[in-house]
Amino acid sequence: MLRVTDLSCERGGLPVLTGIGFEVATGQALILRGPNGIGKTTLLRTLAGLQPAVAGAVTFPEDEGAYASHADGIKTALSVTENLTFWADVYGAALPDDILETFDLADLADRLGGTLSAGQKRRLGLARLGVIGRKVLFLDEPTVSLDGFSVKLFAKWLQKTHLAGGGVAVIATHIDLGLDAPDLDLTPFKADADAGGGTDEVFL
Amino acid sequence: MIALLLRDLRLAVRAGGGFGLGLAFFLIVVVLVPFGVGPDTAVLSRIAPGILWVASLLAALLSLDRIFALDYEDGSLALLATSPMPLEGAAMMKALAHWVTTGLPLTLAAPALGFLLSLAPEAYAYLLLSLLIGTPALSMIGTFGAALTVGLRRGGLLLSLLVLPLYVPTLLFGAEAVRRGADGLDPSGALMLMGGITAGCFALLPFATAAVLRINLR
Repeated sequence: MLRVTDLSCERGGLPVLTGIGFEVATGQALILRGPNGIGKTTLLRTLAGLQPAVAGAVTFPEDEGAYASHADGIKTALSVTENLTFWADVYGAALPDDILETFDLADLADRLGGTLSAGQKRRLGLARLGVIGRKVLFLDEPTVSLDGFSVKLFAKWLQKTHLAGGGVAVIATHIDLGLDAPDLDLTPFKADADAGGGTDEVFL
Repeated sequence: MIALLLRDLRLAVRAGGGFGLGLAFFLIVVVLVPFGVGPDTAVLSRIAPGILWVASLLAALLSLDRIFALDYEDGSLALLATSPMPLEGAAMMKALAHWVTTGLPLTLAAPALGFLLSLAPEAYAYLLLSLLIGTPALSMIGTFGAALTVGLRRGGLLLSLLVLPLYVPTLLFGAEAVRRGADGLDPSGALMLMGGITAGCFALLPFATAAVLRINLR
């Protein structure tokens, strides 16, 4: 469902990763591994289309990609339900009935986003993924500030609902989510900083 | 796209500072003018159209840097950019939300403040009309400026420097329409030119705004 061929990406005009290729079949996930600064976030942003690729191609069904990063996009002056309803409206989707229970947010439904703890905010940010109904997810450190119970909750949703429902996911994480998913270590794809290929090259 | 407009309006109401601040600023600037130039009604009524329009520009400027800054900081701008909503549409909705929270209250309050500056009685209708036609352009141009400076720390001052020169045509025709109305001349030419500017802004600037946002989000 997701195919990446010979992809190179850059960050701030410097090449970061080069020659990446992988395929993720329907119902599968891929875990990105590698030390800090290797380019996991850059790769995910490139896959999601937030920044252009230097070379190579990313193919997945049109209008099926979604991106989630460290920043959850939660509005502090809106309640938990209002935050989710907004994203449902943007994606033209209906709010699933059990979404609050799935992410253990039922007791917080009417709380304002600004009064949530870091972990609760994170759960709300992840619940957005359950609302928008996209098949191809690019997740950047989805479990930051989650406790063990919430990590299991999220992993369960990912496995039982998202992947079982025909989705795919590319996840950058340092912890073990307990998913049956292959790892991709990005270290071999590290670009030579002098190799060029950044978009500034034509100006230099 | 309507969802974004409604969300922004709701946020403006709840977070405060949306409706009230720009309006209060407008009020204070206009009230300060008679203190500065003296109570001579002949002088005041002569400069009233210009003062009301300049004060509207400054009041509209006040809340511009919040248009994208908050969404940028909490990450929702990146999420919007990857959502099915076209970024061009999002830019237009942002401008519209800014107008409803700033331009519209300014327009409605302006006649009351015209009274403070002893604006000529014939000019009130044209003051209302010119602000109604002109303030949407201020919001749209300002949204473009806000997109240009979205990733910058303390971009507010730069934003003012970028946006104020772009406000000149709207100011020229807006104040001219009110002045002509006060002098009993036909202001339709100035109003139509201003309408043209507003229509042009809404036709072109959403695309420029979206392009700039995409670059700033990289």
